[in-house]
Amino acid sequence: MTRVRLVQLAHARSGDKGDSANIGVVAYDETLYPLLVEQVSAERVKEHFGTWVTGPVTRYELPNLCALNFVLRGALDGGGTVSLRTDAQGKVLSAALLRMEIEVPDDVAARTAGWGRVPEGWTPEES
Amino acid sequence: MAERDVVRLGGGQGFWGDDLDAPVRMVEGGPLDYLMLDYLAEVTMSILRKLRNRDPSAGYARDFVTLMERIWPTCVERSVRVIANAGGINPRGCADALEDVGREVGVAGKARIGLVRGDDLIPHLEELLDAGHDMAHLETGAPLSSIVDRVRSANAYLGAGPVVEALRQGADVVVTGRVADPALAAAPLIHEHDWAMDDHDRMAAAVLAGHVVECGAQSTGGNCMAEWWSIPRLDIAGFPVVEVEPSGAFTVTKHPGSGGRVDRATVSEQIVYEIGDPRRVITPDVVADFTTIRLTDQGGDRVRLEGIRGAPPTDSYKVSVAYAAGWTAAGTLLYTWPDALQKARAADVVLRRRFDRLGLRLDAVHTELVGWNAGHGPLAGDPPTDAPEVQLRVAVRSTHRASVERFSREMAPLVLTGPPSVTGYAGGRARVQEIMAYWPALIPKQAVDPHVRVEVRLV
Repeated sequence: MTRVRLVQLAHARSGDKGDSANIGVVAYDETLYPLLVEQVSAERVKEHFGTWVTGPVTRYELPNLCALNFVLRGALDGGGTVSLRTDAQGKVLSAALLRMEIEVPDDVAARTAGWGRVPEGWTPEES
Repeated sequence: MAERDVVRLGGGQGFWGDDLDAPVRMVEGGPLDYLMLDYLAEVTMSILRKLRNRDPSAGYARDFVTLMERIWPTCVERSVRVIANAGGINPRGCADALEDVGREVGVAGKARIGLVRGDDLIPHLEELLDAGHDMAHLETGAPLSSIVDRVRSANAYLGAGPVVEALRQGADVVVTGRVADPALAAAPLIHEHDWAMDDHDRMAAAVLAGHVVECGAQSTGGNCMAEWWSIPRLDIAGFPVVEVEPSGAFTVTKHPGSGGRVDRATVSEQIVYEIGDPRRVITPDVVADFTTIRLTDQGGDRVRLEGIRGAPPTDSYKVSVAYAAGWTAAGTLLYTWPDALQKARAADVVLRRRFDRLGLRLDAVHTELVGWNAGHGPLAGDPPTDAPEVQLRVAVRSTHRASVERFSREMAPLVLTGPPSVTGYAGGRARVQEIMAYWPALIPKQAVDPHVRVEVRLV
């Protein structure tokens, strides 16, 4: 087994509702989804965010989209208009979650090496 | 009404402040039947209320009227109908301004404006509270009466019904106040396909189509993490178009030749955006089950969504209340190499000691070191070693206005009276702003529906 960051296995988007945030995490393919289901539990996500999220974390599964949805309460220092954070609406909590490390079989780690990160030598004009 | 094969619905504005030219590209760049434009975020209503207090003819998204000046003749020529929640807290004022612009751009006698009102609860707030609707905070359970003297706006999220009614009466441009975003988009589908409002699966399909288009380019490659570096030409991003079939199945795509991307990743990210329990996505018209969606990436910027199931809607509308909750300000300074991070941290200590000495009554003080931990907080890991520069950002909030005013004058002195190699204070003093806090609640539909009005007028 190899430890890899979630950014290598999934992409994500987050948003706000009051003082709660949700993070939708989508596996890059269906073979990776079971690894997320097994290891990216609500408890681990709660632990990952530490003091940045004060309330409970709930996880929902969308196997049809190879996706998990996390609802984080007390995630925004009071919510969009009250929060003193630059990220008052939790827009980059998704990227923060993808920092998490999980254990994957060696062949999966090898196959997905470099996924989620800009390829070497890339320039902005390419897009 | 004759049933069409496919209704083409586009989302041209994901929020007030989105790409001003996107709606133009939408009506000119390819086939389209309906254009939906979303202008209202949670906080927008309270801002519009403030504007209207100063000027009774204000209180709506003026940008929408300016936009219609540009696109209305094309919309008439190409039979594109427009639905927008640009009415804010003054939908009638918006419709009046629109009528003037319509005459100027030569659509008089050729276009009808539909007006949907009744979402604004401020005119009968006391009556509703007296009738026992406590509008308790959805998270804390506190009754609205506890802050009622500080309420600045209160709006129910209406469903698709009144918008459908405006379309049935022949409206070509429908202006609303607060309507649930996906319901705005669902209305033309319900109207064109003649779907019954109690056909829950089709209502769910309509709501899903709305959810996919309501945030603009967020479903066509914008803000998408999946291989974002390879998503082409976001400077001319194609905004989402859904081609909705009578069955409720639909294809997400974008206009030919536009930038961006439509694939499994871009659409999936939007489907999971701002949802709670995916089995119970609650909207005014249906409770949709997002776990029943079947997604097929057909290639060529086409993704098909089908199979979604819905359950009967609840008896309530969601209410969004904004209330005054104190004052806030934030200030920044830039510290550079050498030892940028240490200097910024030392400046923060100087500031906080000043606050104590001055006896400022601050309810919260938040410090960020931009370049290290502003976005991810404690998850950002170890501080960068030998950072070339770091921006110190300090934000405060308090119910005591004078303390926040004084805070706003405490950052700049650090330039002469703090650690060295500091700059970036030219922006002046931190601006003190009133905090409009958000109060989510529910209200029975039957308490709101009698106030809902639909009017259609010829320009």
